Amino acid sequence: MELGSLQRRYIDFTSALFREGFLDNQYTQLQQLQDESNPEFVLEVVTLFFEDSEKLLDELSRTLDQQVVDYKKVDAHVHQLKGSSASIGAQRVKNVCMAFRNCCEERNQEGCLRCLQQVRQEYFLVKSKLETLFRLEKQILAAGGSVPVLW
Amino acid sequence: MSSPRGGDKEGGRDGERQIHVLAVDDSSVDRAVIAKLLRSSKYRVTAVDSAKKALELLGTEPNVNMIITDYSMPEMTGYELLKRVKESPTLREIPVVIMSSENDPDKINRCLEEGAEDFLLKPVRPSDVSRLCGRMRS
Repeated sequence: MELGSLQRRYIDFTSALFREGFLDNQYTQLQQLQDESNPEFVLEVVTLFFEDSEKLLDELSRTLDQQVVDYKKVDAHVHQLKGSSASIGAQRVKNVCMAFRNCCEERNQEGCLRCLQQVRQEYFLVKSKLETLFRLEKQILAAGGSVPVLW
Repeated sequence: MSSPRGGDKEGGRDGERQIHVLAVDDSSVDRAVIAKLLRSSKYRVTAVDSAKKALELLGTEPNVNMIITDYSMPEMTGYELLKRVKESPTLREIPVVIMSSENDPDKINRCLEEGAEDFLLKPVRPSDVSRLCGRMRS
């Protein structure tokens, strides 16, 4: 694909991510921090988020699968996931975590399982979108262009 | 490239005494973000993943101009770290900033009463870091 089209695609795709609430201003803050001294900063942080989140999702499945659910443990994991999603601007994941914490407080196992399913869905959605975003950036750079700045 | 686990150092420039900030957070994501925010303000940053490691470092490295720590950490919380620092004759002059994702007034007051320099709500932004710039230990 030629550079102009790639850049246009990037702009449309990124705008949609923000418009649809997948990402919020915190993601923009991270983009603004990226510079020549650390040109892969956003990718690095997001990669840490992916690793962290997948570990937490596995832990959550395990903990909710117990005969006697340790809601304190569930809450601690959700709190962590909420924190890291907020830190990278993964708004929809963060929002589901907030609802999830309410279910923990109510010791509502069914509610928690529903929330887990939802948070898993939102996580994999945003992961796929971010991977597309990074792929587009790579393609633009490989074509000799610069990544459009949307802020 | 900074390591996500354990300690991570960035050397200061030759002949220049750069301001050195110790960042403490058990979240690898938050550690990477706070370290970057601080380095963008030209501070030298050492980032560790526990209060225990922070205290170990403080025992050997006297030149820390500020500690910025997460509140909720397993084993030892940021609040407990704050208390240990303020109780120590060698460390008490170091300003300690607490970070938390929870806007809990009781928690905030407790930290300020214990001698915290400031309390930052997560996610931390560049404007939060710039307001700390005049408050480093000289």
